[in-house]
Amino acid sequence: MMEHLPALMIAIPLFGAFTTPLLKKRQNIAAIWALIITVITFGLSLLLLQEVLSKGIIVYVFGANKPTLVLPSGYRVPVRIIFEIDAMGAFMALSATLMSFIGALYSYSHVEMETGLEKYYALLLLLEVGIIGMVLTGDLFNLFVFLEVAGIAGSALVGFRNYRGEASEAGIKYLMVSSVASLMVLFSIGLLYGQYGNLNMAYLSRQIHLDTVDMIALGLLFVSFAMKCGAVPMHYWVPDAYTEVPAGINPTLLVATYASLYALFRVSFSLFGAITWNMARVGWIMSILGVLTMFIGVTMALVQKDVKRLMSYHAISQTGYMLLGVGVGLTVLNDPAKLSAFGRAAMAGGIFHIINHIIYKSLLLMTAGALFYVTGTRNLNEMGGLARKMPYTTIAFIVGAAAISGLPPFNGFASKFLIYETSYQLNPLLAVFAMVTSVLTLASFVKVFASAFLGPPLEKYEEVREVPKPMVTAMIILAILCILFGLFPNVVLNKLIYPAVDALIKLAQYQSWGGLV
Amino acid sequence: MTTTIIKTTTRILASLILVFGAYIILHGHLTPGGGFQGGAVFASGLALLIVACEDEIVKKRFEKVPLSPLESIGALGFLGTALLGLMGYTFFKNVIANSGFIFGGKTPIGINPGYLNTGGTLAYMNIFVGMKVLAGLTSIVLIFFLLLGGKKDEW
Repeated sequence: MMEHLPALMIAIPLFGAFTTPLLKKRQNIAAIWALIITVITFGLSLLLLQEVLSKGIIVYVFGANKPTLVLPSGYRVPVRIIFEIDAMGAFMALSATLMSFIGALYSYSHVEMETGLEKYYALLLLLEVGIIGMVLTGDLFNLFVFLEVAGIAGSALVGFRNYRGEASEAGIKYLMVSSVASLMVLFSIGLLYGQYGNLNMAYLSRQIHLDTVDMIALGLLFVSFAMKCGAVPMHYWVPDAYTEVPAGINPTLLVATYASLYALFRVSFSLFGAITWNMARVGWIMSILGVLTMFIGVTMALVQKDVKRLMSYHAISQTGYMLLGVGVGLTVLNDPAKLSAFGRAAMAGGIFHIINHIIYKSLLLMTAGALFYVTGTRNLNEMGGLARKMPYTTIAFIVGAAAISGLPPFNGFASKFLIYETSYQLNPLLAVFAMVTSVLTLASFVKVFASAFLGPPLEKYEEVREVPKPMVTAMIILAILCILFGLFPNVVLNKLIYPAVDALIKLAQYQSWGGLV
Repeated sequence: MTTTIIKTTTRILASLILVFGAYIILHGHLTPGGGFQGGAVFASGLALLIVACEDEIVKKRFEKVPLSPLESIGALGFLGTALLGLMGYTFFKNVIANSGFIFGGKTPIGINPGYLNTGGTLAYMNIFVGMKVLAGLTSIVLIFFLLLGGKKDEW
């Protein structure tokens, strides 16, 4: 059964997504069913990661006689849909499944009172399928299909509380952004297909020679994936979407955003990785985009009064760190001396920051959801003195805030430190901006902590109690992960991050489907 | 909304459109089109019927129709057909083709008019997708129709 893992990673959440609507009459059971499916998928992704780490790239050919039959009956080009899973893809799949599980657990109590929950959980599982498909596939058109699946499920979930006008607006906005982005992706896929007559990424990356049409395709792919991951000139949808989505979906939606970031890396490193002269320039663009993203995001966060909106601007700002880290790596990709001196570590910092950010930002957004759950408002000026009433939420918030500000010994420190050190070697100015951003982040979270949790207890929150157990459990799991990743960064780096970095750097492995051809 | 023109046209066209939709679904593996296209044609026939009838009749007729479960069953059937391939081969492997089962007739080599009893899992997948699409599109049309409710056009 092990060789069918990639197919099961798609099939099982898909099965869950299609069976959940049948449980319309018993919404409670739908929630538990979704939870079971996400747990199983999480287990499968752990197995998949172990397989990839021990055996190298896994290839799965859909509809062939054998999973590894890439070129059947003497063909010179691949004709079927191929999943190609390297350590980077497996790493992203692990984050997606972990966060879907946390999200389903948290949602069990958080949205209990809403109606239409069977659709909610079906969409949550579909969003998970979309992300997993995006990060596992080795086929460009398949990437587009799963991008659409994730985009549509995501926008329906953003607009889930459709009795609020703002939620519908945010949902439409997200739908617009994702359809524009995926149309541009489709257009550039069409260009590449017209040029080379194939859609397999490994095959394409061997053929591409960067003429004008290829450059247009590269530009379109870069812009549309940067748009979907919320890099700065295209970040307008992030605050609305993250604010309005129910807090239980936030973890999965965050991973959906970073699945686009993954696609951006895949395009830059694998699809166009063979073009030597050009990628340094793309790397510089990525780094500068990263610096702009982190700085503009944090300055806009400072003035917010809505607690979830504030955290959403921080999400934009943190995306900048990942772009900076990986951008530095991409800039020196073709310079072996610099790559081993700091490029590889920079990429590790960027990729480590993806999972760290997913963990602590989900934690923070979930504490904001808990505040909303008990107070019914997201306005910071109306909250106060909640620390005594909600001890677990307060602890979770402190851990998350310390992690996002990059304080040791939490996980944000580990990845940010790698990024500071390495970007300094490329250009000191980059590191300066990164550090200033961190300080501003700390400032704005001190503000949130003081106005929501500290201060005298307010009369209208006399009756407030700690949030229900499933929500507390979800938050505590993430808080523990924050501390563990911060205390033992070396374990995570060696087991998870450096294999992923090497998978991106070693282009020849990817091009030959892990040595099959 | 309903006028004599629509009613008369529907009487003649509806059955033809429904049959054409079913034809496209069933011949998905032989001719252009397939489950999605056929399902859309079928749903457009149903939409015509919905538009041509009064509110109350539409409500009464569609009360018992399990559109949402039908959609789930279509998707699950598609997934199940794909999972058949895991019996010794891979996901999505066409195990029914040339097996002698229904739609599993031997595919002749060379120029031929196309035989319905071929195609293997493709034909099943078309049917399931068609089921899902017609249920989904019909429920969308139905929701819009019932939302508009009593509001009639001027004439």
